[in-house]
Parts: sequence; structure tokens; C-alpha cells
Amino acid sequence: MASLDRVKVLVLGDSGVGKSSLVHLLCQNQVLGNPSWTVGCSVDVRVQDYKEGTPEEKTYYIELWDVGGSVGSASSIKSTRAVFYNSVNGIILVHDLTNKKSSQNLYRWSLEALNKDSSPTGVIVSNGDYDREQFAENPVPLLLIGTKFDQIPENKRSEVLTRTAFLSEDFNAEEINLMTGFTDRKRFNFKSLHYD
Amino acid sequence: MSFLVDSVIMFTSQVLFFGFGWLFFMRQLFKDYEVRRYVVQVVFSVTFAFSCTMFELIIFEILGALSSSSRYFHWKLNLYVILLVLIFVVPFYIGYFVVSNIRLLHRQRLLFACMVWFTFMYFFWKLGDPFPILSPKHGILSIEQLISRVGVIGVTLMALLSGFGAVNCPYTYMSYFLRNVTDSDILALERRLLQTMDMIVSKKKRIAMTRRQMYQRGEDQNKQTGLWGMIKSVTSPQTGSENLSLIQQEVDALEELSRQLFLETVDLQATKERIEYSKTFQGKYFNFLGYFFSIYCVWKIFMATINIVFDRVGKTDPVTRGIEITVNYLGIQFDVKFWSQHISFILVGIIIVTSIRGLLITLTKVQSPQGGTLEIMEWVGKRNAYGPWRTLAKQVKRPLFLFIVVLLRYIKQQIFQRHRACPCSDHGHVLCVIRVADAHEHAAGVPLHRHRGSGRAAV
Repeated sequence: MASLDRVKVLVLGDSGVGKSSLVHLLCQNQVLGNPSWTVGCSVDVRVQDYKEGTPEEKTYYIELWDVGGSVGSASSIKSTRAVFYNSVNGIILVHDLTNKKSSQNLYRWSLEALNKDSSPTGVIVSNGDYDREQFAENPVPLLLIGTKFDQIPENKRSEVLTRTAFLSEDFNAEEINLMTGFTDRKRFNFKSLHYD
Repeated sequence: MSFLVDSVIMFTSQVLFFGFGWLFFMRQLFKDYEVRRYVVQVVFSVTFAFSCTMFELIIFEILGALSSSSRYFHWKLNLYVILLVLIFVVPFYIGYFVVSNIRLLHRQRLLFACMVWFTFMYFFWKLGDPFPILSPKHGILSIEQLISRVGVIGVTLMALLSGFGAVNCPYTYMSYFLRNVTDSDILALERRLLQTMDMIVSKKKRIAMTRRQMYQRGEDQNKQTGLWGMIKSVTSPQTGSENLSLIQQEVDALEELSRQLFLETVDLQATKERIEYSKTFQGKYFNFLGYFFSIYCVWKIFMATINIVFDRVGKTDPVTRGIEITVNYLGIQFDVKFWSQHISFILVGIIIVTSIRGLLITLTKVQSPQGGTLEIMEWVGKRNAYGPWRTLAKQVKRPLFLFIVVLLRYIKQQIFQRHRACPCSDHGHVLCVIRVADAHEHAAGVPLHRHRGSGRAAV
């Protein structure tokens, strides 16, 4: 059982965007009834068949590490969080579609996870400018997820979708729209964690 | 003509304050969250603007700027607006937002909001009953009732806050209270944290794999419902599910442990940073200030106890006494009355500015839940706080609430000022109440600003 390979995926995003709900949904196939504030990091595991149905089928454990907090936290919290960022195979960035600022913070989240500095003070070295090149040579794949789509009033949905289209271009990543109270499970198919 | 000019000046300044409050709201309090309900923002900015205007009016009163009739008019206007906002608008909105967050009452939220407001008014009224305010000159529903209640509540709240701040400040500043934390301590704790996480992961893997095998064998336990299911479960015992529940309990315990370890690590990191900071020059300066303030605090507590026990009422405030001492003992000659007034005024100004600054900083700390105390975070996490509590409504409640405190403070301040140079004759007897509070404040040693008959005649 434990001899299966493992894949470690970080789930990052601002407080209250729905990371814990997402992880619970993916791993337990149920909607999370009483969401509570994530203190520290909560992990959940999903058994996934990679390339199901083909001769190269292989079963993996996907560990989803759901790290709580906000980008603007105190540096003591940031340096403690950095402990969880070791040997990461993939990152899921979650933002809230009803809250513009959560998508703006995603860039800082990805920087924090990718450019983790191993110095004890946990200082993140970056000049703050957005640089697409950083993601081009980066071996860690990213997945962007927007939540709470059903909480947006009907007339605003198209402009929200346009905004998120730009966002996914910036990150050069795949984008899925998830609805809370999830009915359409087929849209979730972790066929591959690598983008082409 | 001058009235028009004065009004223009007043309104411009009000608009400026409004703008500042708005900006502060957007930039500081809600940096990470998009504001959707503009009502809240408007109320916040209006409250802020009017309280700053009151403060400005006090300054004008002391400096003698603008004509006194226009001052009087603006004064009354401000007072009425602020009381209106404070007693009617704010509690109603707070009640409304709280009620909207509770799912059960969602449909009739207006009704319940009104009920909450009436409860608030009832308690507010009851609070003022023991005060010696009622007199045959004024009826029940007069403005004096409101002002006096607000004033007294404000004084008490401010005293509590100041007391807390005074004790907290040396504790934060002084390095005497810092534990000694080394890098190896932190590393050891981090290693324990990661080990715990690994244990959690391996247990969860077992659970996931067992579930998957059960599902593949068709023993999906979620399908066992009804009488037939119960009978079936008795005859063919499902050892898988028993194992699962055992492991699940272990996982829960480990998760709790990991949370505790995380919080401890954060604590250690924070302490380490504080130690590093205390080694700098700024740190040493604050350390010294901490010692100074703690000695001052102890002295003040001692004096206050003596004053209350022996029922002494101080007649002069520290500034005037200080000046008297310098005049008498050091032989430096200067006009006591003139200087004491201005120095007290400057001191009061400094106190007000620093308390506003402290309040605004506290507001920003409260808003970023992880920047604030981690104990709150831990408490909330443990009690399974409902997610939507972090919605706009709840977040805004708190700054508004704290802002009420500032408001009350302003009212208290202005009443103290008006005490000496008051053109409002019909507010005359409210001041008796304030005199009582005044005396107690002296006992507690708060430096009070006293106009010494500066010649501003009542209009």
C-alpha cells in the first residue's frame, strides 16, 4: 500500500477562498459541511490512477497540502509556513471569483512557494515586478482554480470570466471553474498534473 | 457674511476628513478584500469625518478662530448628527449584518434587525438610570439624556482602553520578558512538525487505500441503509470500517497536535525576531521606555488608590503643578496661566493624536487575522468558526465598533472643554455629571486640560 509513488501538491490562496472545501471535495467526494479556519496546514490524500485505461496505468497517492493564511502575514508565520514548501511536485492556486483581490494575491503566493529562501529569517527575495520568464523555466506545474462562481449575480458572470481568462494567460496555466455545492463531478478529472 | 465663510471652511474640512476616512478604509482595512457594500464604507467615513470635525471645533474654540455664533451653530449641528449616527444608524446596521449572517433568520432580517435595535436601546436607557441626570427642566427624551449616557460610557471605555494599553506597552517593549530562543530550538520544533505531518499523511493513505479496496469489492459502507442494511451488517461484520474509525480517531488527534506545533513554532519565530529587534538601537530605546512607563504606571496606580481611599480630589493637573514647581523652586519667571493652558492643550493634542494612531493601528491588526494575536486564530479554529463569519459584514462590524469608542472619546473631550468655555446654556446641567466624572479622572491621574478663566465669555 505504501509502496505507491506519491505526488505532493500544494493548495495555496487567500483566507476564505475555499481551499479546505476544495480539498475535502477532491478527496472525500463530499461537500464540506462546516468549513472552519485552517490553522497551519491540513493534508488530505487521494488515490489516483494515472492514465487510466491505458497500458501505462499507474496508481499514485496525491497529497494535497492545504496551507492556511494570507500573503500579508507576519514574517514569523511566513517562515514557519516555508517548512511545508519542500519538494513540491505541483501547486494549485485558488482564488475567489467574487473577490478581485484574491486573484491579485496569487502571484505573491506563487512567489512565496517557489522562491522559498532557505535562510532562517524566511525573507523572500524578489524585486516585486511581475516576470513571466520565472514561470517559463519553472519545472513545477501550476493549476489555477476559481471558486464561488454561483455566488456571482447572473449579469456579472461574463465580465468575471473575461478577467479570469487574462489571469490564466499570465500564469500560463490551465483553468477550471468550480461551483460550490458541486453537482457536475465529471468536470473534475485529474488525468494529468503536467501541462503540455 | 462671516457665517457663510465659516460654513464654507467647516464643510471643506469635513469633506477632507471624509475623503481621508474613505481612503483609510480602502487602503488599510480592506487591503485584501474587495468591498462590495458601499453603505458600510460611507457610514464609516461619515462617522470619521464628523468626529474629526468636532475635534477641529474644539481647537477653533480654544484658538478663538471663526465667529462664535457660527461655531455655536456648527457645534449643535455636529452634535445632533453624531448622536443620530451613533445611536440610530450604527447599532441598526450592526444588528442587520449580524442577523443576515445567521441563516435561519435570513428572510425576516429587517424585522429582526429592528428587534435587535430595540433591545440595544432598552439596555442603553437602563444603563443611564442610576445617573443623576433627570431634572424637572428637561423631559425624558431630551438630548441631555443621550449625551450624558454616551459621555459616561465613553469615559469608562477610554479609561479601560488606556489602562490596558498602559500595562500592555511595557510588556511589549521590555526585553526582560523575552525567552531565550535559539535557532536549534526552532529547527527541532520544525522537524517535529514535519514528522507529525508525515504520520498524518501515511495514516490518511491507509484510510484512502482501504476505502478504495472496499469500494472495489462492492462493500461501500455508505450504501448500507434501512433495516436490511442493519441486519446485514450484524451478520457479516465489517472489520474494514472498524479499522477505519480507529485510524480516523488517530488522525484527528495527530491533526490537533500538528496545529499546536505550528502555533508554537510561529510563537518561537516571533520571539526570535523580537530578540533580534531588541538588540538594535531602536529596541534598546523602547526597552528603556518600557522601564520608565512601568515605573510610572506603578506610581500612578499607587496614587490613584490613595486618592480613592482617602477621598481626595486633586485640584490641579500635573502640568500646572509642574510649572508651579519650576516657578517656585527654580525661580524661572513666566506667565503661569498663559503657559499652563497652552502646554496642557498641546499635551491633550498629543494624547488624542497618539490614541487615534493607536486605534487605527489596532484596527489594521484586527483586520488581518494572522497579523493579530494567534490565540484568536487558534480559538477560532478550535471552535469551528463558521466560514462566512469572515465575510464583509463581520469584518466591518469591528472597525465600526471600535470607531464608536473614538467617537465617545471625542464627545467626552469636547464636553470637558465646554465645561469651561460654554456658550450652550441649555447643556448647563449635564456638566454636573461630567464634574463627577472629572473628579474621578483626576483621582486616576489623567492630565486634564483646564482653561483658567481665559476670558472667553459665554455667549
